[in-house]
Amino acid sequence: MVGASEIASAVGPGFLPWTWVIAVLPLASAALILFFGKRTPGKGPVYGIAAVGTGWVLSLVVLWHFVQGGGPLERSVAWFQVGPLHMELGELVDGLTAVMLVVVTSISLAVQVYSLGYMKGDARYTWFYVALSLFTAAMLNVVTANNLFQLLVGWEVMGLCSYLLIGHWWEEKVNSNAAIKAFITTRIGDVPFLFGIFALTFATGFTTSNIRVIAERISSGEVSTMLVAAAALLLFGGTMGKSAQFPLHVWLPDAMQGPTPVSALIHAATMVTAGVYLVGRLFDVFVHANAHVLQYVGVIGGITMLGAALLAFVQDDIKRVLAYSTISQLAYMVAGMSMGPAGRTAGFFHLFTHAFFKALLFLGAGSVIHSAHSNNMSEMGGLRKNMPVTFWTFAIGAAALAGVFPLAGFWSKDELLTVAQENGHPVLFVVLLGTALLTAFYMTRAVWMTFFGEYRGQGHPHESPVSMTGPLVALAAASAGVGFLGAPQLGAVFGKWVFYQEAEKAVFVPWVALASTAAALFGILAGYSLYKRYREPDPLRAYAGAVYGVLENKYYMDDFYMRWIIRPIQYPVAVAVNWSNQRILDGAVNGVAVVTRASAWVVNLFDQRVVDGAVNEAAEITGETGGVLRALQTGNVQWYAALLFIGVVVAAVLITRA
Amino acid sequence: MTGQEYAFVVLALVGTVGAVRLVTAKNVVHAALYLVVTLAMVGSIYLVLGAEFVGWVQILIYVGAIVILFLFGLMLTKAPIGRESLDNQQRGLALLVALAVLAGLVFLIQDAFHWGDRKMNLVHNTTGEVGRSIFQHYVLPFEAVSFILLAALIGAVVLARREERE
Amino acid sequence: MIRLPLVLFFSAVLFSTGVYGVLARRNGVLVLMSIELMLNAVNVNLVAFSQYVRDIGGQVFALFVIAVAAAEVGIGLAIVILIFRNRESINVDEVSLLKW
Repeated sequence: MVGASEIASAVGPGFLPWTWVIAVLPLASAALILFFGKRTPGKGPVYGIAAVGTGWVLSLVVLWHFVQGGGPLERSVAWFQVGPLHMELGELVDGLTAVMLVVVTSISLAVQVYSLGYMKGDARYTWFYVALSLFTAAMLNVVTANNLFQLLVGWEVMGLCSYLLIGHWWEEKVNSNAAIKAFITTRIGDVPFLFGIFALTFATGFTTSNIRVIAERISSGEVSTMLVAAAALLLFGGTMGKSAQFPLHVWLPDAMQGPTPVSALIHAATMVTAGVYLVGRLFDVFVHANAHVLQYVGVIGGITMLGAALLAFVQDDIKRVLAYSTISQLAYMVAGMSMGPAGRTAGFFHLFTHAFFKALLFLGAGSVIHSAHSNNMSEMGGLRKNMPVTFWTFAIGAAALAGVFPLAGFWSKDELLTVAQENGHPVLFVVLLGTALLTAFYMTRAVWMTFFGEYRGQGHPHESPVSMTGPLVALAAASAGVGFLGAPQLGAVFGKWVFYQEAEKAVFVPWVALASTAAALFGILAGYSLYKRYREPDPLRAYAGAVYGVLENKYYMDDFYMRWIIRPIQYPVAVAVNWSNQRILDGAVNGVAVVTRASAWVVNLFDQRVVDGAVNEAAEITGETGGVLRALQTGNVQWYAALLFIGVVVAAVLITRA
Repeated sequence: MTGQEYAFVVLALVGTVGAVRLVTAKNVVHAALYLVVTLAMVGSIYLVLGAEFVGWVQILIYVGAIVILFLFGLMLTKAPIGRESLDNQQRGLALLVALAVLAGLVFLIQDAFHWGDRKMNLVHNTTGEVGRSIFQHYVLPFEAVSFILLAALIGAVVLARREERE
Repeated sequence: MIRLPLVLFFSAVLFSTGVYGVLARRNGVLVLMSIELMLNAVNVNLVAFSQYVRDIGGQVFALFVIAVAAAEVGIGLAIVILIFRNRESINVDEVSLLKW
């Protein structure tokens, strides 16, 4: 069964029906690298880069279709059927998909080229590219899937790849711990997500999980508001995990233990945006749910954005500064989603621009770490002269993130602020503006501590190879340029690609633009005046006092989780696992002997003093029983066969007689 | 007793004698030749029963191919001659177990199909019918068997190949 | 017309002879031959029941058994030759590694 439906279009489908190829290409390259990578000259990256490069070109072709004003397309083949539930494999390609495809393939391409230099000489170089390719394929699957179960497959594969890549250098315990933390924390969000999918499938009478069918069903009002609200809240649980929203944000800073290109690809530009994408893709669910659901989304976004931005103030690890910044910017997007259709477009625009400059910042940080051999900004400084390309590109990225006119961040932040102001969200407006100020401050701090003053680290830093600076320059150009796609003065074309129901017209409110620019400039000036000369300890410590300690301890959230959630669960689980090891696994091995002493064991379990005796006793019984049984075990195959035949005859007679 | 039954009994008796001589022969090559007798008789029985294709396959594959394989195996492993070197020490136990199996089987057959009241109508099955059945209903097992043969081929090559010595 | 139990009894005799051969022979190749006897007994049963219940599937499975038997002999002989190469003997009762 092949079903194709085009949903109102002025332009022919063109390349659209083959969009799935973009997602399959990196999957194929992952397999190629896995099987032939080590035998290929250059150890395998060539497949990954070729696949994602082709994917990038094809994504632009897909986007071009929407630039011309083409309509969306859905296509699927039957996968399998369980009872009434039809599972399908398909693609749903609209403007949002096209934009996401471009983002994912661009960043993945940049990161894979960059890794040629960064990961050079790594012991698991080839494997690294396998995971990168697989990850790219999974993310592309998420953005093209036309049904929730297919989306879930990509979603979980991303979780797996994230785990593999964070723990890429698993020889160090910190790294593998971070990988486990990321995996389990996102998994906590995935459980409600899965139940959200069940709820939506239930809304269609368990017939399909097709996103468009679900959206139509919910828009037509056939589904009870309670069910929709529950589904929306459950789905948002998945978003909180994947997009690192409060209170499940704790994994993302730790995920910085992975190689820096991974941080750029997964923990800044793509995977973490999957949560935001999910909200936008299933926007009907959120819009038609109880109004409080969107408010709740906004509140979570607001808390996360301010909280994470403040934490970025006290970090010394340059990647952690960027990690908290990522959490804060993701919250921007989530908050955008909470402000209705116009906010959805603005949020996706921010996702779009943020992907470029945050990837740029991470790769820049990677370049710095690569040459200074440390993550800590206290061991950097003065790198401006040694690494001019890295410095200039990083500065562009930081300015874009801070929202300096006319870089990308300015336009997307301005659009979010305008939407908040126009649609009557005064509190969010203030929070967004405040976060913009904080962002400008901590980015200035990071830039000054890293690139200005005197070099405080070991050795002689030097500029990175072309394979690393090349992607930096390309991303810097993108960070400077992509903002104009959403500029109201230029027609805000972005709103014509990504919209809910009808195309968004961006408005330009001069005083909002002025306010955001003022906030950015104030943040930069404040940062400059505090950090223009490097001082130890951090001058902020004196001003902030006790608050500084709270921030340094991340609001004590990790300690809270450790003390009240992980330990209480961990201990009984450990006891249970230990118990099952002792009793079930060993029991099976010891076979007859353990069965013999099982009754004694149960009695002794409650009597601690007899346990020692029981262990010795058990060993003796095992030995004696074994001594008797070993006479049967001659090692002669024919003897075994004779026993087998006798057993079969006896069994056959018994069965027929019974 | 019909004519077909007489034919069957004769073939079955020859086959049984061949089988018994196979498991008692003092010379391995003789044993292989007795195997040929038994397999040929079984093949003839298939023909009497009307299973034409299975009968010819039995003769082609078993008598033609598998016995040759056995002869090669014997050739490559130069087995000694004489009862004591061919049989092991537990001949008595083996006989006991075999008789127990026979008794059990006879008992079960007797129990399930009382002597003489179940008769087979011997309809001649053509090769075409077998072919249709395989390729209409048993394509998947057929493919699986082809895989098993391939795996066995590779496995046998890998096992029997001499390690190259440096 | 052939009475079904007649064929079944022949098959039972063939099978038991095979069992005796498997248990009593010490030469690996002879053990494999005896296994062939047992497989043939199974095939006789399959063909007989195929005629009895008028279902050609039984014959198809007899063919499958023949194919699998061919594979089994191939592998079996390869193992025997391997053992012979390592121990200069293919006596099954001397290969008693199958114990702890």
